[in-house]
Amino acid sequence: MSEAYVKVTLKKSILDPQGGAVEKALRQMGHPVEAVRVGKYLEVTLTDGLSRAEQEAALEEICGKVLSNPVIEEYAFSLEERL
Amino acid sequence: MKIGIVRFPGSNCETDCLEAWRVMGAAAEMIWHQETSVRGYDLVVLPGGFSYGDYLRAGAIARFSPVMPDVIRHAREGGLVWGICNGFQILTECGLLPGALLRNSGLCFICAPQYLRVENAATAFTRAYAPGQIISVPINHGEGNYYIDAAGLRELEEEGRVVFRYVTEDGAATGAGNPNGSLANISGVRNRAGNVLGMMPHPERAVEQLIGGEDGRGVFRSILTGKEE
Repeated sequence: MSEAYVKVTLKKSILDPQGGAVEKALRQMGHPVEAVRVGKYLEVTLTDGLSRAEQEAALEEICGKVLSNPVIEEYAFSLEERL
Repeated sequence: MKIGIVRFPGSNCETDCLEAWRVMGAAAEMIWHQETSVRGYDLVVLPGGFSYGDYLRAGAIARFSPVMPDVIRHAREGGLVWGICNGFQILTECGLLPGALLRNSGLCFICAPQYLRVENAATAFTRAYAPGQIISVPINHGEGNYYIDAAGLRELEEEGRVVFRYVTEDGAATGAGNPNGSLANISGVRNRAGNVLGMMPHPERAVEQLIGGEDGRGVFRSILTGKEE
């Protein structure tokens, strides 16, 4: 079985007020924090029997069309074989 | 005029819409999101609410509902589509309108009356208003912070596609008049052809004095008179 770990984050050019609020709170607590950005993390288990290329193609489609909105977000994923 | 209101799981303003149309003298019908055709309707309304619990992103899952391909077909063929609040979010997600709606800049969910300026009163949705008219219509959202890239914004402005802007009581599109951080105070945009409108404010909640005002009636009247002509 293959597991994909997907990260979806706001593009750097997009203001992230949520990250800003967390950042401010952490700094108020005295933590050495320069910046915080809040994003999403998803675990996607793929069905069996796909080649690596097919898995990657499916994930590009899933991430680009559904899990992220290309107007405001970007994504990255890593794939892992699970026994 | 045949009016359909799409009900997604999690929609919560569809009945208000139905009632607003009734107040305005028109009958509307519900369209369940599992339907695959909107043929026969002149106007399809995508109502406010939290379709699919706003999971992933507001509107991100609703745009893949069985009814949506035919809503897109309807729009491409020139049929009227009006997205209110969550409906606006769905319209940007499915690509019928440009841009995206981000978390409100102040991070708070806002439910309050809001002044708007009618930027373009020559659309199928706004012709009953005077150009530049200031109206008060409630907003009710956590993710209404309109964003579009610089090139997209220029295009919207040049083509008169910004239909409503958030303003102060005296009509100034300033920071003080902007409740959620929307770029250029944008609260409603239309597509290039002019048959698709998306807006965060809720005109259906401003059609009777009893519920706080009638400034929202203009959108309904605009749509209805257009059809009679």
